[in-house]
Amino acid sequence: MIPLSWFLIFSAALFSIGMFGVLSRKNAIAILMGIELMLNAVNVNLVAFWRYRTPDTMEGQVFAIMVFAVAAAEVAVGLALVISIYRRRRTVEADEIDLLKW
Amino acid sequence: MDAVQIIFLITAVATLGAALMVVTTRNMVSAALWLVMTLFGVAVFYVLLGAGFLAVAQVIIYIGAIAILVIFAVMLTRRLTSENAPFINSNWWVAILIAALLFGGLSWMFSSWDGFSTQAPPLAMENPLVDLGAALVDPQGFVLPFELASVLLLAALIGSIMIAWEGAAGQRGQKN
Repeated sequence: MIPLSWFLIFSAALFSIGMFGVLSRKNAIAILMGIELMLNAVNVNLVAFWRYRTPDTMEGQVFAIMVFAVAAAEVAVGLALVISIYRRRRTVEADEIDLLKW
Repeated sequence: MDAVQIIFLITAVATLGAALMVVTTRNMVSAALWLVMTLFGVAVFYVLLGAGFLAVAQVIIYIGAIAILVIFAVMLTRRLTSENAPFINSNWWVAILIAALLFGGLSWMFSSWDGFSTQAPPLAMENPLVDLGAALVDPQGFVLPFELASVLLLAALIGSIMIAWEGAAGQRGQKN
């Protein structure tokens, strides 16, 4: 069978790939995609710990469902912000959205 | 190496490969479609972990709503930039270093934990979905986070409509 370590290593790898995407991309929507990868990695981690440590109680799955809801809310608001910025500034590159920079 | 392990390895390689394509491709629509493939891979992992409801919820919520929203946003924010414009920051090697350090640190920290190589305990209940549903509406359970998540989603719904509303200000911006 599959030991717990495989799931943990996989979720760490997915989280690191998402982190690389957030730190290195210029497009704001690509940054949001990296954040989605990180949230999915966290969810896999949560459900793996639920399955391997406490499969009798439901905390792990409920936590994962809360992460689903929060990720959906965050991506909706984030993309609305990106579209609104695009309408005014004609750009979605993170470097060019610098009006508040001191 | 039994069948479940082979399925795990194939899905892990496919999901991580798709995630790498998400963060390294120039074309944004391609990145969104690779994200869809990554989310399908994560749904397969939920099935492997015995959380069937979460797998279906992943497909419906993440792929059916969030990824579609991302594709819409990509198509609404098309730019007429040249094909040779840089799409990755100039200090991308620092990002690779940080990601590699994070992965190494997490793996080392997990491997030095004594519960690292445990096998799966047998699932006592034959239908965890009923217990999940009961836990979500139980007053001694998780009804409060459940209702708060509903309020959060309502706030996000209203907020995103208000932010992206193209009223008179939007039309003024369009004319410039």
